[in-house]
Amino acid sequence: MDRIPILKMGQFLLVTIQVDLYDRLALNLENDLINMVSKTGARGVLIDISAVSIVDSFMGRILGNIASMSRIMDAETVVVGMQPAVAITLVELGLTLQGVYTALDVEKGMELLHDKIGTIEHPEDEEEEAPHDDID
Amino acid sequence: MQIVREQDVVPFRNRVKEFATKIGMSLVNQTKLITAASELVRNMLKYANGGKILLEIISKNAQTGVRLTFIDEGPGITDIKQAMQDGFSTGKSLGLGLPGAKRLVNEFDLKSKPGEGTTVTVTHWKNGR
Amino acid sequence: MNNTAQLLQNNKKKILENWMQNQLADEALRDDLISNEELRRQSDELLNGLATATASGNVENTYAPEYETVTEILSDISITRARQGFTPRETGMYVLSLKQAINQVLEEKLSDQPEQLYKELSIINKLLDNLSMITFDTYIKGREEVILRQNDEINEISTPVIRVWEGILALPIIGTLDSARTQVVMENLLLEIVNTGSSIAILDISGVPAVDSLVAQHLIKTVSATRLMGAECIISGIRAEIAQTIVHLGIDLSNIKTKATLANALQLAFSMRGVEVKKTARYTGLNLNK
Repeated sequence: MDRIPILKMGQFLLVTIQVDLYDRLALNLENDLINMVSKTGARGVLIDISAVSIVDSFMGRILGNIASMSRIMDAETVVVGMQPAVAITLVELGLTLQGVYTALDVEKGMELLHDKIGTIEHPEDEEEEAPHDDID
Repeated sequence: MQIVREQDVVPFRNRVKEFATKIGMSLVNQTKLITAASELVRNMLKYANGGKILLEIISKNAQTGVRLTFIDEGPGITDIKQAMQDGFSTGKSLGLGLPGAKRLVNEFDLKSKPGEGTTVTVTHWKNGR
Repeated sequence: MNNTAQLLQNNKKKILENWMQNQLADEALRDDLISNEELRRQSDELLNGLATATASGNVENTYAPEYETVTEILSDISITRARQGFTPRETGMYVLSLKQAINQVLEEKLSDQPEQLYKELSIINKLLDNLSMITFDTYIKGREEVILRQNDEINEISTPVIRVWEGILALPIIGTLDSARTQVVMENLLLEIVNTGSSIAILDISGVPAVDSLVAQHLIKTVSATRLMGAECIISGIRAEIAQTIVHLGIDLSNIKTKATLANALQLAFSMRGVEVKKTARYTGLNLNK
């Protein structure tokens, strides 16, 4: 069965999704990723979806799940590189990925993760990175 | 096109993309259409164990578009109004599939009879917004 | 083969001559827009199509498949003419002058059989009236296409995305925001965010005449989409009356950063990016000698 490779970079896990996911593959990713987080004690998860052209409600849910699950295990999740067309479609769909942090590219995502872990004791001054609430 | 397994979804999406590209649909509209199609295919697989999908290019009033018809012989939907509401789901999902798909396309038509199956027709115009 | 078709077929040359003469004699002929040869080619094509179509025996229903070729040629002609700048009168005259040409031939041929003449005349009249309706239809359609295209162009140019600072984009919205417009705005903004790698976008709505719940929803959508991309969105230019309507309508914008003016929004954006703007040495006037 196909699997999405998960790379470990220091305290973080990096996943680059290169193919269009079907549901089973996405579920596998969720499983693998959570197992990796608990095994490695990673503090952050970076998911690069810049090559993904379709995110539907199922994929959106998986991303949300990954974020909430890793948060319980004290790891933050950042989704990076979402295509404009995908973002517009998600909003129309009514899905705003609440609780998932986003960044423009891997570099900015890394910065954000470092920031999160560094400032975890002062949550009041992280205005810019406040969780994206569902505002619909 | 027949859809019976989960693995059929990706080739199906590619077919939709092919059709949309052929008529010169913009990337955003393509993405919307494919996402809507993806939602509907998932419903079909989940609740009716697959079904048939008809892809066609249509034109009306100087507009071109792609029309997809999803036909299954599953259990059908008892309360369509409820099914079209955000956040309602009989399975354990977000309940965004049907209403979300409706928001993504220009025309949406759902016919269903409990016990006989469901037919969903969606149309998206080339420059439809 | 019926009479009408036979007549058309046998006298095609004569009809074409008459028709061309009629057209050339008409003062409204626009030889500046179309050459004589081109006109003759078009007319010949159409007449051929008409002769073939009538040969089927159907001389009434112009929507029948036999008339597809004729309708197609006519639509083509009217659409090109609409684009070339012909007036509807000139386009209509084109078909109506064919009617005249056929009538002339009919009168000549059937002058000794008045009854037959009358019958044929009325058939031809009806048929060509129908055809001229088609030209009007397609003419208007052609114009509508022009309008639609212009509409798209206006949408395109009316949503500039300005890079005001490294990592900060501004997008002044002028005019009403409908869903079509929102999509263009969103697309442009998101693309520009990717292209420039900006993390802050300022949506200035001082040029939006009114904000109702629909417009507010569009704004919220734009902000959500920007956030999904990993950028932050500030809405500025909220006038007093807009603030009032927003509150009266019960629209919740509390999750969105809003500022009264673009300047305020820019200030917020600067502080978010850790940029500081300071006044330096005083301005001493322009040195014109240099």
